[in-house]
Amino acid sequence: MTIVPFARPHVPTFETLLAEGRKKLLTTFPDRRGQVLTGAEIIWESLVREEVEVVFGYPGGAIMPAYDAMIAYPIHHVLVRHEQGASHMADGYARASGKVGVCIATSGPGATNLVTGIATAMLDSVPMVAITGQVPSGLLGSDAFQEVDITGVTLPITKHNFLVTDAADIATAIREAFYIARSGRPGPVLVDICKDAQQAKCTFEWKEGTVTLPGYRPTYTPLQRDLDKALALIGAAKRPVILAGQGIIKSQATDLLVQFAETANIPVALTLLGLGGFPASHPLNLGMMGMHGEAWVNNAIQDSDLLIAVGMRFDDRVTGRIATYAPYAKKIHIEMDPSEINKNIKVDVPIVGDVRTALEALLPHVHPVDRSAWHERINGSKGDAAVLDIQTLPDTGKLHAAHVIHDLWRATDGEALVVSDVGQHQMWEAQYYKHETPRSLLTSGGLGTMGFALPAAIGARFARKDADVWVVVGDGGFQMTACELSTLAQENIKVNVAIINNGFLGMVRQWQQFFYGGRYVATPIKSPDFVKLAEAHDLVGRRVTSRSEVIDTVRWARAQPGTVVIDFRVEQEDSVYPMVPAGADLNDMIRRTGQTVDGKAANHNPIFETGEDQ
Amino acid sequence: MSGPNGHRTDILRTFIVFVEDKPGVLNRAASLFRRRAFNIESLNVGQTHVPGVSRMTVVVEADEDTARRIEHNLYKLVNVLEVHEITHSPRIERELALIKVTVPPEKRAEVMQIAEVFHARVVDMSSTTMILEVTGSHDLIAGLAGVLTEYGIEEMVQTGSVAMSRGSTPAMGHLGERRIDVA
Repeated sequence: MTIVPFARPHVPTFETLLAEGRKKLLTTFPDRRGQVLTGAEIIWESLVREEVEVVFGYPGGAIMPAYDAMIAYPIHHVLVRHEQGASHMADGYARASGKVGVCIATSGPGATNLVTGIATAMLDSVPMVAITGQVPSGLLGSDAFQEVDITGVTLPITKHNFLVTDAADIATAIREAFYIARSGRPGPVLVDICKDAQQAKCTFEWKEGTVTLPGYRPTYTPLQRDLDKALALIGAAKRPVILAGQGIIKSQATDLLVQFAETANIPVALTLLGLGGFPASHPLNLGMMGMHGEAWVNNAIQDSDLLIAVGMRFDDRVTGRIATYAPYAKKIHIEMDPSEINKNIKVDVPIVGDVRTALEALLPHVHPVDRSAWHERINGSKGDAAVLDIQTLPDTGKLHAAHVIHDLWRATDGEALVVSDVGQHQMWEAQYYKHETPRSLLTSGGLGTMGFALPAAIGARFARKDADVWVVVGDGGFQMTACELSTLAQENIKVNVAIINNGFLGMVRQWQQFFYGGRYVATPIKSPDFVKLAEAHDLVGRRVTSRSEVIDTVRWARAQPGTVVIDFRVEQEDSVYPMVPAGADLNDMIRRTGQTVDGKAANHNPIFETGEDQ
Repeated sequence: MSGPNGHRTDILRTFIVFVEDKPGVLNRAASLFRRRAFNIESLNVGQTHVPGVSRMTVVVEADEDTARRIEHNLYKLVNVLEVHEITHSPRIERELALIKVTVPPEKRAEVMQIAEVFHARVVDMSSTTMILEVTGSHDLIAGLAGVLTEYGIEEMVQTGSVAMSRGSTPAMGHLGERRIDVA
């Protein structure tokens, strides 16, 4: 049986919207400025003017006027199964497109259900606007039915938020919300609109041009003095490393970073969110740094005499113990947000501004330097460590998660848009799927939100119609938001889901194995039959238990017209290697048993006695 | 909080913060200090002569790096217009206290002499009590309160610091891009 959404003849579908082209639609859309409209209509007038093509939401009492008005507007609404899904979808849409993602929910529980997705967007600087209904303004503060102070709740997890009690303020609030969300260091903005403001009428006014907010003046242009200091350090460095983060992707600076690295002949290490910001196959790409980064990457950072951090924020997952981090290195920090400067790592030359602008200014003044000794030293340190565990393991007929990701990479020609969840599979994805282009990996890095992947992939699907979207998710995280399979079915869109099913909450199990005496408390997890679950949603599913089936199944999945769920039954007690324990020195890594480094056994375990974070 | 290098040079620092007079602004600022674990010593808010602009004086215990991050984090609040740290500038900084002391009639003259020494004023008197109003530094107020303890303090209320730099005031309200000097 196919689930058919109720026909809404007045509303163009998402497909036709795209086909017609947004610009044409906007020009043919009637200009209703100066007319008296309801607040609810003004919400949609404003969203159309912000070029919103799709919103993700769930109706309810306090937002019903807005939903009622929606039908007349050329914006596609995706009905989610839980509001957390709506905020993750808006997030995925934004990450995949670079545009502002929009989610919408009612007051009280609708609004609080958005919170996890809003916090996820905040920690990863994702431009998002969340619109919530609120009880009528006269009832504010009375503990009315479904009343929650959502602007208070989201104060620390939004870039800014608005409580709108008057219809005449709606357009301005939405316009400012979009501007704040997408400019400077992007982030989520919540607009909470009282029900009576949605119902009241007023003249619709929309100011064109740039928004001016007297207290909000992001810094885009770096100081020349700081650039000069950086150039002097770059010229003098013998063992420099570029640390590239998500800022590269957000400011669309990949081409400049490639030119910069090539000209100055400096190797590039990437953060998790930076993957794709510098081509994986580029000879200067070292790979991912940090807790599960390859040994030679972290060793290069520890040995370097200059770190050039570009659009990254020295998260504790990439630095390890701060006191021993890159002790011989001077540090240059190119960063949009001045509050990140000297927050975790004290730097020598801060460059506050847009990454692209800064690289453009630096590029003409960097000169080729012979750094062959440094490159040789890094390559030499690869040694046994360069041999990834996937290749060291003989094919015993068992299915390792690393096999799945590696073969997924091969069978998709490395061109998929992968949305990963959080945990072991996320790290294996980062290690084995080689991302060549920006926005080809979406993942919750800062907040580490399990349940992110499936809804975020739905959002990404709406942003990138032609992309080969793959969800890589664990059996735990998948069950957190698996209800959104129903959304996929109702929207009749295609996403490929690869469940890395090991029967454990794998990353926690790994920590229990390493740091908590192997006591697997609350980590074994029973799952439903994922193939049947897919079929219950009128989707197709398959189960894979051996390596020989992986590539064929991936190819089969890609050929299916609709969403496919693949249950990969992988080794149950595999771990992610190498691992820098939380709070340990960055070059003090746990390695897979049996690997050797410099001819000695590499299963050195620096901290077996404690699982405590520093 | 100590800086990333672990050296602690925490001192009391005074920030002047101009904010838009909008609902929730105080909440936003207070929430920022709480969640970033900045130690507020005192916080005072009030209107200014400019309509729509309020002024906060915030005294925080912080080292140099933390002070810069406080400034930058305050600027991240959309309703914050200007932040000036005036810790190392010549400035006038004042607190105000009202102290109600138990004073029998025969000791009134004595207490009034003490008040005079501390430049305090007697603003109320009953058969058994006097209220002293004193304006000055934190230390001055603490000194007066210390002396009055032996008479018996019934009640005391104190404001946080309000501060203003000496000399001419830099122009406010430039709306262009912020150029950041963090060095």
